[in-house]
This record gives sequence, structure tokens and C-alpha cells, in this order.
Amino acid sequence: MAVISYREALGQAMREEMDRDASVFVMGEEVGHYNGAYKVTQGMLQRFSERRVIDAPIAEMGFAGVGVGAAMVGLRPIIEFMTFNFSLVAIDQIVNNAAKIYQMSAGQFCVPIVFRGPGGPAVQVSSQHSQSLESFYAHVPGLKVVMPSTAYDAKGLLKTAIRDDNPVVFIEGETLYNTTWEVPDPSDGDHLIPLGKADVKREGKDVTLIAWSKMVWTCLDAAKVLAEEGIECEVVDPRTLRPLDVDTLAASVQKTGRCVIVEVGWPVAGFGAEVAYQIQKRCMDALDAPVERVTSDDVPMPYAKNLEDEVQPQVKDVVAAVRRVLYLD
Amino acid sequence: MATASKTPHPDTSRVEVDDTSISETTVAELAPLYRQMLAIRRMEEAAAKAYSQGKIGGFLHLIIGQEAVCVGAIAALTGDDYVVATYREHGHAYAKGVSSRSILAELYGKATGLVKGLGGSMHLFDKDKNFLGGYGIVGGHVPIAAGAAFASKYRGDGRVTLCFFGEGASTIGGFAEGLALAALWKLPVVLICENNQYSMGTPTYRSLAVEDVSMRALAHGMARDRFDGDDVIKVKRRVAEAVERARTTGEPTLVEVVTYRFRGHSMSDPGLYRTKDEVEEWKRRDPLNRCRARLSELGMPDKDLESLEDDVKAEIEDAVKFSEESPPADEYFKYVVKE
Repeated sequence: MAVISYREALGQAMREEMDRDASVFVMGEEVGHYNGAYKVTQGMLQRFSERRVIDAPIAEMGFAGVGVGAAMVGLRPIIEFMTFNFSLVAIDQIVNNAAKIYQMSAGQFCVPIVFRGPGGPAVQVSSQHSQSLESFYAHVPGLKVVMPSTAYDAKGLLKTAIRDDNPVVFIEGETLYNTTWEVPDPSDGDHLIPLGKADVKREGKDVTLIAWSKMVWTCLDAAKVLAEEGIECEVVDPRTLRPLDVDTLAASVQKTGRCVIVEVGWPVAGFGAEVAYQIQKRCMDALDAPVERVTSDDVPMPYAKNLEDEVQPQVKDVVAAVRRVLYLD
Repeated sequence: MATASKTPHPDTSRVEVDDTSISETTVAELAPLYRQMLAIRRMEEAAAKAYSQGKIGGFLHLIIGQEAVCVGAIAALTGDDYVVATYREHGHAYAKGVSSRSILAELYGKATGLVKGLGGSMHLFDKDKNFLGGYGIVGGHVPIAAGAAFASKYRGDGRVTLCFFGEGASTIGGFAEGLALAALWKLPVVLICENNQYSMGTPTYRSLAVEDVSMRALAHGMARDRFDGDDVIKVKRRVAEAVERARTTGEPTLVEVVTYRFRGHSMSDPGLYRTKDEVEEWKRRDPLNRCRARLSELGMPDKDLESLEDDVKAEIEDAVKFSEESPPADEYFKYVVKE
């Protein structure tokens, strides 16, 4: 095991898969000569040449669609969005084409493509560059949606996503690229994590915290604060929103009897609402309190740092929610 | 002010929309194309009848009047080449080799349909025939065609992709981006604008600042061509030039074929935005009549023509019977996610 960054883990995953399979290529804005806007594709142009590391002009709908067409006839594209905010101008390709071609063609054509890039709030880039779009994509049958929180998960999930025969929306945490975690050495064999398998990031008996991507870190911090009061939180990271590993989430809530769902997206029709529905349906008899949600405020992201922090769930907000489900206040 | 720029591209345009010359051909070349066009016409007439009887639902966009475009263009391909089309694609699928049975059964929403009743009229796909689909979002399929061509370039497999769209697609972003990427990356794709002069009910003079869609190619240094689509052999010859360019040099071409649909945009459209005289004028140019007359001129005996026509009639009657008698569609969970 080596401690590496989330950024390096993603790079390793792509390089290993491109070494392994000549049909894998990466395409996006600034992925080649510039070495990636967030340096995830650093060094890949030198290693794989312009044939397989393709700088695209600013035409997200165009190059996302090129990826879909190439995938239909047997290639395995990795399409990088500089940020997922820009995927909105390509959403027709993702929702109307990538997600539906397997169904529309009655299984004749599959679309093995990964749409990846950073998402979620960044730092002081305001409303158009700081939003969480996972709920948009998780709504769509035919897509898989992956949201890794650690370098370990990022590498194992991206490698699996590249090998998957379905379109995968792979949203990286924009503020997680420099975070580090232990990741198995490549010499120990392929590090693959199945899609649709949740991971218990911290064990505890009193309350289940369900969170993904950046909010896993917030929940782990909150769990430390609460542990000092003698409250043991279990932090469960679904890692994949679609398919969702309801079994693992529900098993935790069956044990703790209390559940707080923490997401950095907006509250209305946020993915946490679906998780809350699944939990109450599966765990009604075990629940000792209504399922709580902690989300960002229902506003476009402001620029000023103090306002930006206030909008997003903070450790104190998670702590307060935990205290509510424990009826401590 | 100093500006960096590349050398201007040569203008490889060839635009002859009022060309009335008659392409050289033979009965052996023309008769199979006439048969295809006639089968498409009869298949769509059968579909229209079934629609009026309530046996086919949803949107049904007929290509009647435009048959020479898809048949001529696809005749310029090999079986390995790809075709990507719009929601008005029954003819394209048939010309690429899909059977009338599986097309009509799909329109009927039957389990025996080409895509098992999941796609209907607008979403025909056939992997074995390299028919990459019918798409319902205008222009969104142009990047997909560029992507199939990208794959051919990536692998060096020598295949060419034909992408069909209407002139109505020429104002949307998918078309603009697909065109830009095909030109920038020199992808072996032929983009065929089937300009039937109306995007639904809006004539080109009310939707396009420049009604010559092929001129968009000039901004990208792309070869272009523009001609009328009444003569199936002319379509075949001119598209073959573009296919050859794509195959040998990887250069894309924007081909605009001016044509006319005799029916409404879809079955629900009575076509009140066009005069009867205009429609009748175009019907006098019916590509099927023109083709049949040419076959007679070339010496095809009447009895052979009648035999061909009887054969088509029998094929479509069989396809209708097959569709009517087929079991209903029966599964919809199986093809959401590939396991």
C-alpha cells in the first residue's frame, strides 16, 4: 500500500486501463498538451500520444457525442469534462443518447463510456461553477453514477467504470484532488471496486451518517466531535448512487435505529430524498427517530467565502442533526 | 494587429442544384434501386393505412417523395459502412438492408419488431447491418456519426459513416459541433442534409438566413456539394464522390440534397402551410415515376417492371400480415443496463 493523492489515483486508473486495453482513450478540453485543467491527465499525452489523448475544442455536446458514437462501435472512451458544470451543455448526449441507446436498440448496441470530471462546490467560483449535479444524473435509468470520496475508492471505481459496458457518470470531488489515502500498489494486481457496493467508512452503534464524495469527510470530522461526547456514529458511503446499495445502508440503520443523510447538493429532489425514502421503507420498525437530511441551502452558490461556507453543510450542522435524531436538544 | 492564421483551404465546392442532365446508367444498376424505392413507398403507405386504423401509434414521419436520397446515397456504401439517421428513417433502414417485416413489426409495436417494440418508428437500430440508429432529438445524432467515424479513423478500418439530417437541423448546436469536430479531426464522415424545404411547417426562407445549407462547410474548410434529389443515380454518383474522399483522404463532406416530402411532417400534420399547386408541382418530379420511365427508356420490358412491382407488393403484404399476426411486445426491463 502507498499513500497517494486522489488526483494521482485517478491518473493511475486511466493509465493502467489504457495500458491494458487499446480501445480506451481519453478526450476532453486541455487533457493533452495542457496536462489537464486539474492535472488528472498529467503525463498521459507523452505516454499514449495524440491518438489516444485527444484535446477537444470547446464543444462539450460535440465531443460527448463523439464519445457515444465511438463507444457504440466498440471503443471505450473516457470523456473528461473540465467541470461537471459544463456537462449541462452536453446533457442531451448523456441523457438522450448514452443512457438510452442500449434500450432503444433492444440490446444490440451498448455504450461503454465514462463521463468524468470534477463536480460539487469548489472554492469561490460562484454559482455557475459550483454545483452538485449528481441528482440530475442519478434520476436517469441507463446511467450509472459514481461519486468517490477517497483515493482508494477513486482508483478502484474508475478502473471498474472504464471496464463497464454501460455509460458511467463519474463525478470527482473538486476539492478532493489533493486528499490522500492508502491505495494498493499496482504490483499487487488490479485494484477494482464493484459499482453498487457501499463502504462503511467508520463503524459506530448510535447513529448512521450516509454521505458521499466531499461530505464523507465532513461526516468523519463530525463523528470525531461526537465521539468526544460518547456518541458513536457509523459513516456509510454508498460510493455509487446508481445502482444504490440499499442493503448496506439499511443494515447500518437497522443496527443504529437513527439516520442522517448529508449531501452538498440542493435540498429539493436531492438524491438524499431518495435515500430517505429507501431507508424509511426498509427500516420503519427499527427507526427511533425520523430520518434527517442535511443539505446545502436552497440557493445558487454565492461568491464571498463567508457566504459560501454558510450555504454548505458544515461539521456543526451534521452534529446538530445527529443531536436532533438522538433527541438531545 | 498581428494575427496568426492558417493558409486558406481550397474551395472544393461543387454546387449544381438545377442540373438537369441525366446520369448514365444501366437496367442492372437502376432496377434494384427502383425496387428499393418502391418498397419503401409501399411500406410507408401500408404504415399510413395501419396508423389510420389505430394499429400504429405515436409519431409516424413518412419520407414519401424523398426516397431517392436515402436509396441513392446508401447505394454508394459497402455493407461495412455505417449509417446514422433521424426519426424519419424507415427508408434509410430499408436501404441499409433491414427487412420490411422487422420495420413494420416495430411500427406495430410487436415483439418481432427490429427493436422489440422498444423504439418504434423513430428509433430503428440494426447492428448487423451497421445501421446505427434513428434519433429523435434534432441534430443530436450528428456528433454520434462523427464518433463512429472517429472510431474508424482510430482503428484505421477504412469504413465511412453517412449521417442524414434535415435542413431544420442546421440551426441547432449538435449539427454545428459535429460539423466542427468532423472538419477539425478530418473524420471519414459524409454529412447529408436532406433539404425537404420545410422544418415541420417552417419554410427555409423563414428559418435560415442563408438557405444554402452546404455553405456552412466553407467556414470549416470542408468540401461541399449541393444538388437536387430526384434522380437516384445522380444521388448515388455524387455521394460516391464524397464517400471516396472520406475513404481515401479522411476528409468529410457536407452534401445537401434538395428534395420534397409529399406528405405532412408527421401523420397529424395536414400540411396547411403549403399550397396544393406547390405539392402537385413536386409530385410531377416524383423520383419513382422518373426512375420507372428511365428503366423503360433503357429497354426494361414492361412485363419485367410489372413483375418487379408485383414482387414488391407481395413483400409488403407479407410484412403487414407478419406484423398483424406477431405477438405483442413483452419486455422492457431487460435492456436498461447491460449486465
